[in-house]
Amino acid sequence: MKVVGQGMTRVDAWGKVTGEAKYSADLEPRDILHGKVVHSTIANGLVKGFDLEEAKKVPGVVKIITCFDVPEWQFPTAGHPWSAELHHRDICDRRLLNQRVRLYGDDIAAVIAETEVAAAQAARLVRAEYEEYEPAVTVEAAMKEGAVPLHPDIRKDNVIAHSHMTMVRPDFTFEQGLEEARSRYGEEELLVLEETYDTPRISHCHLELPVSWAYVDTNGKVTVTSSTQIPHIVRRCVAQALGLPTGRVRIIKPYIGGGFGNKQDVLYEPLNAFLSMAVGGRPVRLEISREETIYGTRTRHAIEGRTRAVVTRDGRVLARKLEAYANNGAYASHGHAICANCGNVFKGLYQDELGTEVDCYTVYTSSPTAGAMRAYGIPQSVWITECQADDIAAALGMDPLEFRKKNGVKDGYRDPANGITFHSYGLDQCLERGRQAIGWDRKRKAYAGQTGPVRRGVGMAMFMYKTGVYPISLETASARMVLNQDGSLQLCMGATEIGQGADTVFTQMAAETTGIRADRIYIVSTQDTDTTPFDTGAYGSRQTYVSGMACKACGEKLRRRILEYAAYMLNHEGKDLSKTVYKDLVNQAAAQVREALGLSGEEEIREEMLDLADSRILAGKGGRELLDLAVVAEVAFYSRDRSRHITAEVTHQCRSNTFASGCCFVDVEVDMPLGLVTVKEIINVHDSGTLINPETALGQVHGGMSMGLGFGLSEELLVDEKTGRVLNDNLLDYKIPTAMDVPDLKAEFVILEDPTGPYGNKALGEPPAIPVAPAIRNAILHATGVHMNRAPMTAQRLIEKFREQNLI
Amino acid sequence: MLRIIHIKVNGREQELAVDERESLLDVLRNRLGLTSVKKGCEVGECGACTVLVDGEAIDSCIYLAMWADRKSVLTVEGLKGPDGELSPIQKIFIEEAAVQCGFCTPGLIMSAVEIVGTGKKYDRQELRKLISGHLCRCTGYEKILDAMERIVEEVYQVSHRTE
Repeated sequence: MKVVGQGMTRVDAWGKVTGEAKYSADLEPRDILHGKVVHSTIANGLVKGFDLEEAKKVPGVVKIITCFDVPEWQFPTAGHPWSAELHHRDICDRRLLNQRVRLYGDDIAAVIAETEVAAAQAARLVRAEYEEYEPAVTVEAAMKEGAVPLHPDIRKDNVIAHSHMTMVRPDFTFEQGLEEARSRYGEEELLVLEETYDTPRISHCHLELPVSWAYVDTNGKVTVTSSTQIPHIVRRCVAQALGLPTGRVRIIKPYIGGGFGNKQDVLYEPLNAFLSMAVGGRPVRLEISREETIYGTRTRHAIEGRTRAVVTRDGRVLARKLEAYANNGAYASHGHAICANCGNVFKGLYQDELGTEVDCYTVYTSSPTAGAMRAYGIPQSVWITECQADDIAAALGMDPLEFRKKNGVKDGYRDPANGITFHSYGLDQCLERGRQAIGWDRKRKAYAGQTGPVRRGVGMAMFMYKTGVYPISLETASARMVLNQDGSLQLCMGATEIGQGADTVFTQMAAETTGIRADRIYIVSTQDTDTTPFDTGAYGSRQTYVSGMACKACGEKLRRRILEYAAYMLNHEGKDLSKTVYKDLVNQAAAQVREALGLSGEEEIREEMLDLADSRILAGKGGRELLDLAVVAEVAFYSRDRSRHITAEVTHQCRSNTFASGCCFVDVEVDMPLGLVTVKEIINVHDSGTLINPETALGQVHGGMSMGLGFGLSEELLVDEKTGRVLNDNLLDYKIPTAMDVPDLKAEFVILEDPTGPYGNKALGEPPAIPVAPAIRNAILHATGVHMNRAPMTAQRLIEKFREQNLI
Repeated sequence: MLRIIHIKVNGREQELAVDERESLLDVLRNRLGLTSVKKGCEVGECGACTVLVDGEAIDSCIYLAMWADRKSVLTVEGLKGPDGELSPIQKIFIEEAAVQCGFCTPGLIMSAVEIVGTGKKYDRQELRKLISGHLCRCTGYEKILDAMERIVEEVYQVSHRTE
């Protein structure tokens, strides 16, 4: 039986097409109070006081809570496992409501009312008095001499962290590399490049808004139902924020309408719990509007990458340097982890002969908070790295694909800093497949030297991406399996379904390992921290790998227990089973297995002599069918001699990591007078190991590609530099791709079994979003000769560039 | 102020007292428990709350419940057959793997009902335009369009056979 690798239908598809799959807001009790957050109307300053008179007069208002009513301690929000080591802990820089305002729209008060309308009306009538400071919206402003530090209790200036990394030698500097290059090859043999590449702030735009509702249960448990990717982490952070023991907090996570990293952060769950406790534990709902979600939750970091490179004229990279500046906004959230990740891939994606130097800075600014978003710093990293790669190739007059083959990361690469390794390597094959699919060689020639207003170009970009977060952070996951009386199974994972198809692939894994048919496995989709085993949640493309290991280990344990019981039945067919209806059946099975394996009547049938496949007990691997699992299960439950409830539970700590990789190839048409880029053809090729489910894998790639198109061409969260106010906090002005904007998406996979993956698999969830934007950028470069160094490449930016270079 | 309205929802007559300011979305979700109707933006940008009013797809978040007085409203809950069987459109959404997080799915299915209701045949490009009011962040629309193409094709074939 091979269930892994099949395009099994999603286990939640029926619930979702019928509308019967329940999301957080669908589960609220009828008589619930409504919470509404009051946001600051300045970006930087201090709340001096409130005038609540008008707000309190609104009929239906139950309570108004301000920043002066919340506990004084601060808590972290990042969706990271907690650390028992002090210096590995996330930054605690946020209160439930903040008196010190650090972004336009900071949370300063909250209203609880009988109706949503009353809550909204009262929230509008809350008047705050401020002491105002000048907002520092950009990294430049926040790092300027004399800039007001946003968190003076945590950092003396606005730099959250600076990390310095090198390749080849620990003390390598680019300046030394340059000197060495000159002495080794001579100035005339070298090409030196210096460029800056910028990525935009991006909004996740999951369709379901962050919504939660909270109450205090009869046993005193503070219970929050929330649209989150990380229920167990939310539990710990709510406890920290409220000063409660963790066990008094319970988080329930039903189906969620997308997260993409925004819900890998603790958002409003702590405040929601606090509001419920403030009204004696009555249920209170807190739904965050689209506008609040866009400016007030998290964004993808805008990162500025200042780069340098020195290469030989024949196309060998000798040294590169990156200075990356990440705009982290008002609160630390995931802190420096994202910008550091960005630096790691820059240093690894090309193998510089003399060395590589990387400096990463993560900076507080008075603007929307940046946190995790699909691929965690790597879309920015690959934008910088792959724009630079094409600019080097263009300067050398070299084919960009050849340049990559010559200098790109090779099989067996191991990151010297953390040991993460390409345990399987399909990048070279991905590049070949992409080359063929797009018709690279032919089109590079055919599109060369065009002159008209409408031009075509082909471009590409490649990437590498680790699987999960080991050894940077703890990787732990759990699974529980419970056999039912009919031989079917409950599968309970700590890992979360967030739309990516986790429930389906875990069902397949459990079927593969236990030998129980997939249609007899019922996965419990909802995570409830009171009953669900521990897992840190959906992020880092970790779940099929890390949680998959737990699922596999649990499946092996359960399978052994089933076979052990089956062996007991076969050995005791004449005694313990003699009064049961299964007497004859088991008798016959025992005779069959003895015959098949050549065992005498006295010899014991041992569990390892049996096999379980397709929900049947077999005489040895692939051997004769002996009993249906349903018979074993029923006897195990109800035997008066030896009643056993067959279950298994495993917590698995993962201590490995492997790189996935891939590329995007794209063929564009650029209408220069209109500044219009039309993607004519696009293909992503992925090296993600074995695919657990090719159908859901394809879905992940399509979605990621569409996100990459948005990043490249249309998406940018605009923040007014004077006021810190977000200018496009709605889905009309913030442009995610519609069905009109996305071309036909092609995807291919290079399937190489990864020796470290539980089923040969490695990262796939996030990678598809990585290479698309730089591939488009490089195709525009091929078509027009214009270097677009800032994403998104909007019509306005393109036209400005074309004009600057007298092309239109 | 409350007003009494009469709406036929998924084939059943309903007499409801609604606030004049109440959206059809809130009435369907909060008063009738039809939670397939999703709230994604509340301003008619995302299409997650799409339902049919007298056969026409509308964003129920910007449609006052009062306007639906004496009209017929259809949501995904009303699509299943008498024995709970899925409609062909729902089946095709499953078969074409057009579902991921599922939040845009009910709205898209309702637009598909409207589209096939026209009895016309549309190509992929036309379908892109017809569903462009529905935002989806998971699928890149690829599999949704595959499903839409098949739905249009199969329903067209069936209606032509019966003629």
